[in-house]
Amino acid sequence: MASNQTMKTKTVTFLSGKRSRIVSLLGLSAALIVAIALATSAGSVPIPLSTTFQVLVDKLPYIDITPFWEDSTAIIVLDIRLPRVILAGLVGAALAIAGATYQGLFRNPLADPYLIGVSQGASLGATLGFLLPVSWSIAGFGLIPLLAFIGALLATITVYLLARTGKTLPVTTLILAGVALSALLGSIVSYLIISSGDKMHGIIFWLMGSFSLSEWAEVKVVLPYIAAGMIIIILFARLLNVMQLDEEQAQQLGVSVERYKLILLAAATLITAAAVSFVGTIGFVGIIIPHAVRLVWGADHRTLLPLSVLTGAIFMILTDLAARTLLAPTEIPIGVITAICGAPFFLYLLRRRKKAIF
Amino acid sequence: MIELEMRHVNLGYNHHPVLNDVTLKAAPGEMVGLIGPNGSGKSTIIKALSRVMQPNSGQIFINGREINQVTRRDLARLIGVVPQMPLLPSTFTAFEIVLMGRNPHLGLLQSESRRDLEMARDAMEKTGTASLANRYINELSGGEIQSVLIARVLVQETEAILLDEPTANLDIGRQVEILDLIKNLCAEKTLTVLAAVHDLNLAAQYCDRVILIHQGHIHAEGRPQDVITEINMRQVYGTENCVYTHPENGLPIVLLGAHRNKTAENK
Repeated sequence: MASNQTMKTKTVTFLSGKRSRIVSLLGLSAALIVAIALATSAGSVPIPLSTTFQVLVDKLPYIDITPFWEDSTAIIVLDIRLPRVILAGLVGAALAIAGATYQGLFRNPLADPYLIGVSQGASLGATLGFLLPVSWSIAGFGLIPLLAFIGALLATITVYLLARTGKTLPVTTLILAGVALSALLGSIVSYLIISSGDKMHGIIFWLMGSFSLSEWAEVKVVLPYIAAGMIIIILFARLLNVMQLDEEQAQQLGVSVERYKLILLAAATLITAAAVSFVGTIGFVGIIIPHAVRLVWGADHRTLLPLSVLTGAIFMILTDLAARTLLAPTEIPIGVITAICGAPFFLYLLRRRKKAIF
Repeated sequence: MIELEMRHVNLGYNHHPVLNDVTLKAAPGEMVGLIGPNGSGKSTIIKALSRVMQPNSGQIFINGREINQVTRRDLARLIGVVPQMPLLPSTFTAFEIVLMGRNPHLGLLQSESRRDLEMARDAMEKTGTASLANRYINELSGGEIQSVLIARVLVQETEAILLDEPTANLDIGRQVEILDLIKNLCAEKTLTVLAAVHDLNLAAQYCDRVILIHQGHIHAEGRPQDVITEINMRQVYGTENCVYTHPENGLPIVLLGAHRNKTAENK
């Protein structure tokens, strides 16, 4: 009878797990809105938080607020700061969910969105973009983001083709091929940087990642890729849980592992490529955010994936805020801030929870 | 009710042959034991029948239908597998692992219903693992994990169950409980049960029919008393004078150690 009792409580807590998932989703969504308002009101021209909030709310459908603010305030909020904040949020969300997906697919806690060549592929593409004496633009992408995007996809496809044996895709081979190709591409990038002369500064700045050149046009270009990829990944969340068993067991439980591996890999790679194409390869977010979410809310991908999206967005918006305000008018490279803010917090979480996190 | 059949199956890893012209059948309501030495191919037969390995030649049929014609999902509703010492994610609880058995019955966007949760709870009670429900899988012993996996296969509601050494890590009390449970299910629900069993005594006591595998082919097949014989044991395991008869039910039992005395007497 005692065991019966524990089972009953477990069923209840399991169901209430669903409820707390919804509560957490709502809570984090609210936090995201606050983060957006906060980040939009701070900057070289200080605008009161309440004004910023009303300028933003006024833009929502069906809501009209009689403007008491100056036109220049609205321009600063809506056309200068907001696109940057939104792009930071999108990129943070993209890297976080891509990281969670790679960690789940590879059943490896060290996996991050750059594991299988995306980052070095994008870096090589962007570097070539700086060095080429032309300036094209295709599908809204300028030359540098276009080449970064293509480079990221080509590198991953190459890794995929190298790792594929017959009809299957062994995960270890995929990781090793990714590491090897990344090393190769990385050394080419290093060589190009040394011989790039006066363009060296621009390349290095891109490689460290920055949101300083963000406008609405860029948001519009990357949004479809990131949104589509996220929807696909979140739809497969429960299958990703079953895929945490080994591949044989997942197959024996009815999952066509090879098919879903390919779909999820493609979606995560597309998201990452789109995210890094305009803002450079920002490290740390893709590996730390999913682990932090796992530590707080558990490993169920139905919780992990959507909450990683929100947490990643909030984290990136706040770190970008720090990057542009702490030493204003100098901007600190975003990668420096993500590590300085994120690492201690993550280590704190790691110490607090003693149980296995992966 | 389903019938599993292998016809002239050859299968190997990287040209190293594992199964050599294996032809076998398992019928509904029948509990079939796969016995044989380490590395003889018992696990490979289970992997081929659940389509996680493909034969190099030969065919496998599920109710007369070629196995590759059945979708992965449909196959998982027909055949459930209890693997031997598999990799399990340490961040999931025993209850969540059991619940994963419902996967083949759920649509892509569907979450587990209250009924699924209740099924998982019942299965855990039946397998004596209810008290482990909240525990993380990496906190469990080998035997506890095995029982949790049995619960998972019950929740899967399949018509055939393939078990790879289902009792390898269990104490004798738990061995009897789990095998009784499987045997009863097999009879009540007319399940087709195929189990790789290391322990010849358990195979003899519980299986209606045993198949003795030796170096990838079927050495002998039939009722336990016709297969577990002195001559077969010598040919396959190289053990001498070890087969006795159970005093109560007349089934064969294998006892080791006696040959030393016998050899001594002969001298």
